[in-house]
Formats: sequence, C-alpha cells, structure tokens
Amino acid sequence: MSWEVIGIWLGALLSLCLYSFLYKDNPFYKFAEHLFVGMSAGYWVIYTIMNVLIPNWWQKLVPMEGGFQPIWLVPGVLSLFMLFRLIPKLAGLSRLSLALIVGTGAGISITAMLQTRALAQVNGTIIALGQGGGWFNWVSNIIMVTGVVCGLVYFFFSKPHKGVVGGAANIGITILMVAFGASFGYTVMARISLLIGQTQFLLFEWLPTMGIHL
Amino acid sequence: MRLAIPLMITFVAGMIMILQFFVPATQPMGDSLQEWYMIVASAAIFLGAVNLIQVHTHKIRFKLKNWKYSPVTLIGFAVMIITGLVFGIEADLPFDYLFQQMVAPMAATMFSLLAFFVASAAFRAFRASNWRATLLLISAFVVMLGRVPIGSMIWNKIPLISEWIMQYPNMAGQRAVMIGAAMGMVATSLRMIFGVERSYLGGAD
Amino acid sequence: MSTFIEKLGNLDRRVIFVLMALAVIIPLALRMNLPIPIDQGPSMDLYNMIDALPEGSRVLLSFDYDPSTMPELQPMAIALVQQLMTKDIKIVSMALWPMGVSLGNEALIAVSDSLGREEYVDWVNLGYKTGGGVLIVRLGSDIKSVFPVDYDGNSIDDMPVMQGVNKLGDLDMIISLSAGEPGIETWVMMAGDRYNLPVGGGCTAVSAPQLYPFLATGQLIGLLGGLKGAGDYETMVRVGVENPPPGIAIAGMAAQSVAHLVIMLFIIIGNIAYLSEKKRKGGAK
Repeated sequence: MSWEVIGIWLGALLSLCLYSFLYKDNPFYKFAEHLFVGMSAGYWVIYTIMNVLIPNWWQKLVPMEGGFQPIWLVPGVLSLFMLFRLIPKLAGLSRLSLALIVGTGAGISITAMLQTRALAQVNGTIIALGQGGGWFNWVSNIIMVTGVVCGLVYFFFSKPHKGVVGGAANIGITILMVAFGASFGYTVMARISLLIGQTQFLLFEWLPTMGIHL
Repeated sequence: MRLAIPLMITFVAGMIMILQFFVPATQPMGDSLQEWYMIVASAAIFLGAVNLIQVHTHKIRFKLKNWKYSPVTLIGFAVMIITGLVFGIEADLPFDYLFQQMVAPMAATMFSLLAFFVASAAFRAFRASNWRATLLLISAFVVMLGRVPIGSMIWNKIPLISEWIMQYPNMAGQRAVMIGAAMGMVATSLRMIFGVERSYLGGAD
Repeated sequence: MSTFIEKLGNLDRRVIFVLMALAVIIPLALRMNLPIPIDQGPSMDLYNMIDALPEGSRVLLSFDYDPSTMPELQPMAIALVQQLMTKDIKIVSMALWPMGVSLGNEALIAVSDSLGREEYVDWVNLGYKTGGGVLIVRLGSDIKSVFPVDYDGNSIDDMPVMQGVNKLGDLDMIISLSAGEPGIETWVMMAGDRYNLPVGGGCTAVSAPQLYPFLATGQLIGLLGGLKGAGDYETMVRVGVENPPPGIAIAGMAAQSVAHLVIMLFIIIGNIAYLSEKKRKGGAK
C-alpha cells in the first residue's frame, strides 16, 4: 500500500468520522474534532516559527553575516509581554504589546478606510448618475443611487425615522432586503460547493482505492 | 497612571502610520514599526497555543467533561510540532503530508457540514412572513438560479436578472453598509489613537 | 390535507440531511454535465486582464485561504496558475493565511510539473507572514525586508524570478484568492488604492456580494465568485488547449444546480406548511 493510498484512507476515514455528527454527536466525531484542533494549532505554530520568527526576527537580531542588532530585542520583548497575559501578576505588561498592535492597526486603517471604502464609494455613486447607456441603465443607476442614500439614512439613528427621514429609511431597508437576499443566495451556493468538494474526494479518490469506479 | 504608557504607545504608533501616508520623510520610522508589528502580532498564535495546552491539561488533570479526548488534541499538536521541527515544512515531507492528508480533509469536511445546516434552516426558518421578507426570498431565488447552469436552461434571462440584482440593488445595499461601517471604523480608530476608547486595554481607568 | 402539509413542515432534520446528500451525490456519481455559459462579467474581465499581460510579466499571487474553503478556491488557483504559466508570466506567490502556503504549493507544483516550468526561475512561493494590511503596506516599500527568504528558507537574492522585484510597484498585477479577512479587500485597500496597482482575484461565494462595489469603481479589475467563478475560469482556460486537464469545478456545477433546486423546494414546502398553519390558526380564532 503506497503512502498516497494511506493518505487518502486517513482523509476519508476522518471525514466520515466528522460526517457522523449529522446522525448525532458521537465519540468518532469528538475524536476527529479534537484531532483537527490540535493538528491545526500545531501547523499555525510551526509556520509562525519557520516563516515569521526565524527570518523576520531571529535572523535580524543575530544576522548570519555576524554582529548583533539590539534594536530587534524590542519586538522580541514585546512578544514575550503578550504571553504574560497568561500570568495574572504580569498581565499588565501585555498592555504595552497590545498598544503597539492597536495603534499601528488603527493608524493604518484610518486612511485606508477613508480612501477605499468611503471616498471611492461615494465617488463611484456620484459618477454613476452621469453615466449614459440608454434609459434602462439610467433607471438602474437611479435605483442604485437612491438605494445607497436611503440605505445610509436607515443606518443613521441620530434622527427619529419619521416623516421624510422615515420614508427614506423605508426605501433603504427595502433595498437592503434585496441585497440580503442576494447574499443569502450566495451563502447557500458557497456551503453546497464545500459539500460538493468533499463528496468528489470520497467518490473519485477514496472509492477507487477499493476498486469502485463510478 | 498604569495606562499612561500604553496610551502613549498607541498614540505615537497611530500617528506615525497616519503621517507615513502623507509625509514621505516619516517613511523609515513607519517601516520599522510595521516590521515590529508583524513579530508582535505573531505572538498571538503562541498565546492561543499555550492556552490550548493549558485548557486540555487542566481537563485531563481534573477529569472534566470529555477529558478522554483531550490527549488526542495534545498528541495531534505535538505530532505537527515534532514533524515540522525535525523534517521541515518543504512540500512532500512528513509535515506537509500530514497537512494534506489529514488537516485539509478534516477542515473541508467540518465546513461542508454547513451545507446540511443551511438546508435545514432554509426549510424551517426562511419564511415569507411579510412583503419585505418575500422580496428577500425572491431575490435569493433569482440569484441561486442565476449562478448555476440550470437557471439559464429554465429561462435564458435568469442569469441577466441575477447579474442586474448583483450590480444595482445588491451593490446599493452593500455600498450603504460599507460607507456606514467605514465611517464607524474611522471614528473608533481615532478614539483609540486619542485614548478616548480604552476597552482594549482591559479597563477604563 | 392541511395536517399532512403541516406534518411535512415538521420533518425530521435527518430526512432533510439525507435528501441534501442525495442531491449532491447522484449528479456527481452519474457524472451529469451541464453546459456552463461563460459569465460575461467579472470572470471574463479577470481573464482578459491576465491575457493582455505581455510574456515575462510578473504577477503577485496571494493564497489567502485555508482548506475549509478549498473546494471553491483551489480550482481557481489551479486554473489561474495554468493560465499564467502557459503565458510564461512569472509568479511571485505568498499567503496571508498560513495554510494557504501548502495549498498554493500544491497548485504551483502540479501545474509547473505538467508544463515543465522551474521553481525560482518561473515561480516562487515566498510563504506566510502575519500582519495582513500592515504587511502589505510594508511590501509596498520593500519586499525583501518582509520576505528575505522563501517559505522554505532559501534566500530570494539568488532567485532569477525575483530579479528586479524590490517593491509591489515592480509587479504588473496582484491576484488574491481570498476566503475573508485578510484577503482581497485588504489588497484593494493597502496595495491597489495606496500604490495604484491593478488588483483582481477570486473569493468564496459568501464574500462575493460584498465585493461588487469595488468592481463598479474599478478598484477590482475582475473577480471569480465561488464555484461558479471557478467553473467559468476553468472553461475559459481550456479554450484552445489540447487535451486540457479535467475541470474540478465544471464537474461540480451539475450537482450545484440540483442542490439549489432542492433547497428552493425545501423553502417552498416550508412556506406552504407555514401558511397552512397560519390560515388554520387564523380560522380557529
């Protein structure tokens, strides 16, 4: 039996253990679930060591060409502080690491959010109004622009949704419902695709190892 | 007082990132900070791993519910760590083999279970209880048919209607959510940088 | 009659599970094949953009997913690598998700072996880094400071594929295969808009609707959404190719069709049962 066939059987049996949950919770499911958690965590740790810590920290702290770069002790110490969250007496030190993460992340996202999500999208909405392409496109663009404006009104809670504001919010929630419907359709599609993928594996890779060719 | 230093770090790091976007001269400072960020953020993985070991050893020691499965998690974790450190992560070596043949099928199966739960939820919970819910349902039906070959076999206009829904009403809704959420995130980020929002430091004092 | 329909509405969930499984297994086992009309929209835009790249161009391919979404994104990865390598476009790949490294390797090695391409000359897998958006911004100013070595620890200095590639701006295009955050939207935000680079890619069907606004503004030049997008791309990449490899996504589209019809049937029966019960309760008042 080749390593490839053993691998297919391992994958198939573990998959069947997990599918057994559909009947009811059972020891086979629990076994595979616990194994999955452990192995996934191990994979993450190894990749973080091999792909991040060694090349991006250790080899910069102690370069192969010699010398010692003490500045790289700073991120090393801050990483260690992060682990102190697990030691109640020292947990306060982890705030320093968190502060660096949160500050950098927040600073970088302010400009990115404004540029990509807010300004570019407002710009795209306004430009759509001036686009040609016949009456159908024009009506469609009007629906889109109205939808964006009214959708934003719906999310604006500082004014009570009454009168004109209430009317706009009503149009907004209607458009949002159509959008949520589309999202639901796509979600169904995604979930079924995942099932198709695993079924293909069982039917066309595992069954042939037993001589069953569909 | 114990929050003063973390708040200062948040402020300085945040301002460097904002300045780097507008002032090229601040680039080197921002560059170092970004490289440090990568290293410190990776510590979160180790935090999770240490926590996982703690939880499962605790379960075994006190024989808590389902403790018999905890060694499975610990052994799975140890096997990946040992094979990774001993053989390396190159393709076709034991670490990669374990990933391809065990972790990948388990992850794919775990998430494919959702197909069954979506079907069950569709049957039990997806109700046309009012006209807006009906609209949601119609939109979902058109999109579901429009994205598969059978849709165009039923009526060749279904994919076009589906694409229209995606490009106009869907986009309007998504844009409204996107712009609204972006403004919210910008406001929250500013509150963090200026020390108004402190909950991430685990206390408001 | 109404009681029968109401009973139907309370069907055991395991019956629903069995029907769902059959809706997928039967079309696959029978190898049902339905013609896939190629999407004229975002899928073709991505294909045309890559097709227009001159030979020898360099593309960054980021594998931002893990095995949980493999059935949707792995066929895209294989088809995209197939198109890029056939056109002799150099691939610099990386991953914002750790498991994306191994999945990316699988696609790169399989296609590279079949077309006789060479690692480090025609393609390289730089590996995984933490940091998402922050990491991308740093790549915009210096790739080597983030990736001094590839995923396996080999220095990128000696690799022909990396010659002249010092920052994101030295690449001709960015393609992300994305299962969520960080992923394609992060690339749009931190690379596309910030460094003015063309970004395209593929995503799971779940996230496709949220990315449509970026297509309209041109922030995304093309997008493959879910298995349908993968099927579209497999179909396009196979055009004019002698003895093309079997399409994984194409084979799944018939099962996808039947499963969609079954779910719609579930919703309709569920609603008839709901309306019947509502009517009876209303009548009883």
